[in-house]
Amino acid sequence: MTEVLYENPDVLNQDPWQLPLEDLNPAQPELFAHDRYGDYFARLREQAPVHYCRDSAFGPYWSITKYLDIKYVNTHNELFSSEPNIVLQDQAEDFKLPMFIAMDPPKHDQQRKEVAAVAGPRNLAALEPTIRGRVCQILDSLPVGEQFDWVDRVSIELTTQMLATLFDFPFDERRKLTRWSDVATAAPMPGGIVESVEQRQSELRECLERFTQLWNERVNAAPGNDLVSMLAHGESTKNMHPMEYLGNLVLLIVGGNDTTRNSISGGVLALNQNPEQYRKLREQPELIPNMVSEMIRWQTPLAYMRRRVLEDTEVGGQTLRAGEKVAMWYVSGNRDPDMFDDPDAFRIDRPNARKHIAFGFGIHRCMGNRVAEMQLRVLWEEILKRFHTVEVVGEPVRVPSSFVKGYLKLPVVLHPV
Amino acid sequence: MAKVTFITHDGAEHVVEAEFTSVMNAAIDNLVPGIDADCGGECSCATCHVYVDPQWMEAVGPPGEREEEMLDLNPEREANSRLSCQIAITDALDGLTVRVPEFQM
Repeated sequence: MTEVLYENPDVLNQDPWQLPLEDLNPAQPELFAHDRYGDYFARLREQAPVHYCRDSAFGPYWSITKYLDIKYVNTHNELFSSEPNIVLQDQAEDFKLPMFIAMDPPKHDQQRKEVAAVAGPRNLAALEPTIRGRVCQILDSLPVGEQFDWVDRVSIELTTQMLATLFDFPFDERRKLTRWSDVATAAPMPGGIVESVEQRQSELRECLERFTQLWNERVNAAPGNDLVSMLAHGESTKNMHPMEYLGNLVLLIVGGNDTTRNSISGGVLALNQNPEQYRKLREQPELIPNMVSEMIRWQTPLAYMRRRVLEDTEVGGQTLRAGEKVAMWYVSGNRDPDMFDDPDAFRIDRPNARKHIAFGFGIHRCMGNRVAEMQLRVLWEEILKRFHTVEVVGEPVRVPSSFVKGYLKLPVVLHPV
Repeated sequence: MAKVTFITHDGAEHVVEAEFTSVMNAAIDNLVPGIDADCGGECSCATCHVYVDPQWMEAVGPPGEREEEMLDLNPEREANSRLSCQIAITDALDGLTVRVPEFQM
């Protein structure tokens, strides 16, 4: 799930409307770090909705940028494989992490079924009071009237606590989960989250060691409701190779962490950029559930998912050849004007907000979608009771990745009701 | 025209009349709660899950291949589970009763 960062400052000086169409390459971390990807996708949707980029840091790849085409590729897993990887970057030969998001049926279905119940209705209902308690505790601990980083104190804290609960991971060690999540998706670079490929692999091995201890504790105990126990007792997962265990851990840690974290931060930013929507929210808090979907659409915390063409096939009048890489740009589908009226606008009462494609469709559709929505809903219910405004007081720092679309920092000041 | 009864999680009965459409659309058009239908009726999100009344299972029939793939991943799946976007309303289904689960996944 990692992407290597290639520093290329020239990218920011290029006008995507002037570049030769065949050179248009949206999969560049700089574009996302500086919030400059929008025009790339606007042009592709208009002029080349199924587009072949002949050269990139990840080699040649197809971009799918219209909502309906993305949904088509998403739901035809017999033509478009999720193997071997769901990001454009290929995995290092000597450090491959198999995970069920990057598997096809039947193995995908078997492994996913072992853990799906963790995000299922029964568990969800049981979790809500716990989540609300934690949300209240986090919000009540925040300073009022002085600047702090919303990403660290709220977005990370809340999602990491949630993740520790789902894994039944030692609560006081929970920030290790945040660290491993960051490391798993980080681009090795000097001064980055990890400095080198070796550092990344060594930290992920530590993750495996810690989780192997937990596995060993739970494999001989009665089956529990946590993800480690589910994997250790699951028929199709109990004999996994250690690297496959690590792969699935990375999937569940990143899936349960980065995505919701960045939707929590993005939601605050969206409301600040649209003060009339923030006003509407205060007047009509019953719009929260729909607003949550709109926040997820607006943010789209994972910008794309990759597929591999299994046999020559046609999409949008273009012929895709067996073996080629395809990026389904969720971030573009969620801005498709044929699907969403005035798509760049953030509207908490948007009638079809739930139709967003940020969770994907088909058999790989996000397993934790309802957990994510619940965290966002409960958070906003409790914020409105306490604070008139969560005011953004500086530029957010964005993640330099074309895959994880999110924020490293978001400076805010709280104003009480 | 066929009459379809939706029994929601709280036990409430919602009776609707519909034709030339799916059970999912009949629910959405008549504001029956508990059916999300996020994908709009293309058998690719499984958020229009219903439990078909056992008496009606034979008339409604089993899920198709793609539907089976989606249903199979749902931990709340039961023998009478169907995705309501894949059930076309015909006169033969006049009187159909389905239960709506508490949550759509």
